[in-house]
Amino acid sequence: MSAADATTAPALFRYALGLADDQLVLGHRLSEWSGHAPTLEEELALANIALDLIGQARGLYQLAGAVEDRGRSEDDLAYFRDARDYLNVRLVECPNGDFADAVARQLFFATAMNLLWPALAQSAEPRLAAVAAKAAKETAYHLRHATEWTLRLGDGTETSHQRMQAAIDRLWRFTGELFETPPEVETLGPVAVDPATLKPAWDATIDAVLARATLARPADGYMATGGRAGLHGEDLGHMLAVMQSVQRTHPGLEW
Amino acid sequence: MVTAADIARARKVAGQVEDPELPPITIADLGVLRGIESDGSTDGLIAHITPTYSGCPANLVIALAVESALREAGFARVRVETDLAPPWSSDDVTEAGRIKLKAMGIAPPAAPGASETPVCPRCDAANVAEISRFGATACKALWRCNACLEPFEAFKRL
Repeated sequence: MSAADATTAPALFRYALGLADDQLVLGHRLSEWSGHAPTLEEELALANIALDLIGQARGLYQLAGAVEDRGRSEDDLAYFRDARDYLNVRLVECPNGDFADAVARQLFFATAMNLLWPALAQSAEPRLAAVAAKAAKETAYHLRHATEWTLRLGDGTETSHQRMQAAIDRLWRFTGELFETPPEVETLGPVAVDPATLKPAWDATIDAVLARATLARPADGYMATGGRAGLHGEDLGHMLAVMQSVQRTHPGLEW
Repeated sequence: MVTAADIARARKVAGQVEDPELPPITIADLGVLRGIESDGSTDGLIAHITPTYSGCPANLVIALAVESALREAGFARVRVETDLAPPWSSDDVTEAGRIKLKAMGIAPPAAPGASETPVCPRCDAANVAEISRFGATACKALWRCNACLEPFEAFKRL
């Protein structure tokens, strides 16, 4: 390992871990929809998206484990850290709520990732660029899925419109954190992407989709924060307790 | 020494491994087998595969199947590596793979630049409707033919 690598390794570990945690936590939340989605086709769609996200998380955990160089595997990172050590944004950990909440969260998150992954595919770190290039293709489908549902529900019946608007309003306060600049971004330079630079394009896409769906963009008020520093709502701990229960009971268990 | 003939034979053997979710489509047909190389020792091989989708559960099964197929063919020391870059594309599906997919009733992926709307794999009608963009596996979508009224799966362009 070169001297430059030694100084940036902790920053790269943290950066990759935050991204991995975003994908894993949302992937797990989407997997909780299995058996509850409104139609069979939607059941398959949410499960497929969950699988993509968990696959992306695996690639990022492998990178984080390699960079950290302490012998931690992807499973160690996913199953043997507590909520305080998870670095995901708060948006992805919110309990599922109703289907409109699922759609609103997918719209907010997929729009952001659809901008982040193509930019990160140009990363100076080839392993990160490889995960990002692959994820970029998958995320384009996730965004189309979320956009179509937002239009259908927003511009649908009176009830679907009201519930879609309520979900947009409810989750809006979790969107600010998507564009906070993590401290490690400066250290990493051309390896990382500063999410703050993606905000104008995110605003433009969200505004256009909301307008087409006859939905109102909420005013920016209080924005939840702290996820990237490991400060979460209590729901993440409950989710991890379920997600990690098998590995915590039988450590090292494999398929 | 691992000779060029050994590599070619190993490639043929590994290429015949079937996708567990799409038999008899092979990993050579799908472009999932990227190549075989010597590991630099006298008899060791490295097989390179790539996942179609990041979370494709078939990937682990394919890696194990490649390893055991090569061992059965007499290659004692085999390592399978999964490469992410460059990302797999539906353009990597070979012509033979496209013909097999259609024969199985799965519309092959759209060619680059072509319309993403598939043609019915059973009756070749162009009058088709999308039922769901997400199918039973990550790589397929659900469609219905309005001419023969049969539902069918189509390989997604990625």
